[in-house]
Amino acid sequence: MFNEADLTALAITLKLAGVTTLILLLLGTPLAWWMARSRWRYKFLLEAVVALPLVLPPTVLGFYLLITLGPHGPVGGLMESLGGRPLAFTFTGLVIGSVIYSMPFVIQPLQNAFEAIGRRPLEVAATLRASPLDRFFTVAMPLARPGFLTAAVLGFAHTLGEFGVVLMIGGNIPGETQVVSIAIYDHVEGMEYAHAHWLSAGLLLLSFLMLLTVYGLNRRFRIMQS
Amino acid sequence: MSIEARFEINKGDFKLDVDLNIPATGVTSLLGPSGCGKTTLLRAIAGLEKSQAGYLNVAGDIWQNADQFVPPHKRPLGYVFQESSLFAHINVRSNIEYGYRRLAEPERKISLDKAIELSGVGHLLERKPGTLSGGERQRVAIARALAVSPGILLMDEPLAALDAARKQEILPYLESMHDELDIPIIYVSHSTDEVARLADHLVLLDKGKVIAFGATAEMLTRLDLPLARGADAEALIEAVVAGHDDEYSLTYLDFPGGRFTVTQKPLEIGKTVRLRVVARDVSLTLEHQADTSILNIFPVIIDELIPVGSSQLTVRLLANDVPLLSKVTRKSAALLGLETGKKVYAQAKSVALLA
Repeated sequence: MFNEADLTALAITLKLAGVTTLILLLLGTPLAWWMARSRWRYKFLLEAVVALPLVLPPTVLGFYLLITLGPHGPVGGLMESLGGRPLAFTFTGLVIGSVIYSMPFVIQPLQNAFEAIGRRPLEVAATLRASPLDRFFTVAMPLARPGFLTAAVLGFAHTLGEFGVVLMIGGNIPGETQVVSIAIYDHVEGMEYAHAHWLSAGLLLLSFLMLLTVYGLNRRFRIMQS
Repeated sequence: MSIEARFEINKGDFKLDVDLNIPATGVTSLLGPSGCGKTTLLRAIAGLEKSQAGYLNVAGDIWQNADQFVPPHKRPLGYVFQESSLFAHINVRSNIEYGYRRLAEPERKISLDKAIELSGVGHLLERKPGTLSGGERQRVAIARALAVSPGILLMDEPLAALDAARKQEILPYLESMHDELDIPIIYVSHSTDEVARLADHLVLLDKGKVIAFGATAEMLTRLDLPLARGADAEALIEAVVAGHDDEYSLTYLDFPGGRFTVTQKPLEIGKTVRLRVVARDVSLTLEHQADTSILNIFPVIIDELIPVGSSQLTVRLLANDVPLLSKVTRKSAALLGLETGKKVYAQAKSVALLA
């Protein structure tokens, strides 16, 4: 079934997806909220940037990240001069790449959910003495719950399936940056089809179960609300 | 105590430009056709709409001037929106408690129980908003607004989304609120009927401007305003229950101009009620008719006449200074020699008791 290297790759993959999703929810929530509410006329520029990873080949994204995070790049160079390691070929580097790569999958559902609430419930809360922050946590967040669930699961699942970006900036260091998708590739290259089968089936099942959960819960939520 | 409001708001083609001084007591209704700016004005008072230039003083507290803008959540007001806008994710009880929980103890002048009782929603507390009827939802929204012990209650056509039956279900609650709570209410409406039932004062708006302000009974019968010229023109009369005639099942209602006789209603003697007398139902005679089936006949003085259309006149009458309206044909007016200052008798064919 799974050998030890496969299990390590699986653990790294899940950790990467978890950390990435968490960071994206933390950073993406205020950004999505702002994008849903702002009337700034150049907002579309930001929206285009957020959507970019949807269409960009992962290798292109990975290439630029490699340049930036590597020892000769601006970020990598800075890290090195501060006495750290360049971020390329590290787990941290992978997290940075994944955050960018999966960004639209988290931000767009959140933005849509916030937009769907409309201004009215927040105005109502304002007339009921709730401060802006209070309104956000007690009205906007609970009403956007299906959006949060969708965002978290899509962000997580999308990061699970990452290949190109990881290959470019993470390399293939077993125990540090080797994720499942790359382990599968290695198995196929090495003609170890049985291992490739197990890992592929594992990812397939996991992804499917997560999506089932999202659609199932969102359906229940809609029924509850109506 | 008064509410002083000056706003200038530009929204594309529409411009709201008002300068108002209205009493901070009773119900003041903002009345006008849709698009006249009444909702925008109400939102500006709540602080939901920012104006380029504005001044707002509510009973001595500055809510907005050139230097400051008190945000909506710091204004001691209650707001009932046109659609009830209940929070869908929490039940009725939590909706009503939402604002109440955010008040400091000494600010809680209206108890939760009182707000719930006045709106008649006690049996709905554990329900989710999605399971309520339109009328129930709106009553919950009213309870929620009352539970913040507002210093002023702003209502934006709270009945507009409801059918006639649901309106009748809610109006009594609004009336008891008016009677029991000493909270000034600003009530946006486009329905003269609602206004006649509820409002003490009327602000008439058109195209973003205030065209007139005054006591409701006065405004309804002013011939220079559109209300008195319409087909449904009516006069509003406050009367006191004077007695009942059990033999004929009648109730007597006294007003300064005389006594109305209406079909018996279970009303306490001494209670003040509102009567609506529609201009179409009032005819004029030169002599006091004795041989008529009409019971409600009053001596009046013609105050003013204006032509409405080519064949009709609207006549403003004063029954001991209480204004009434009558619609007559131009021909009748000529035959009777109706003119300002003439003493005639007004016969009211029907009278509607409003509350």
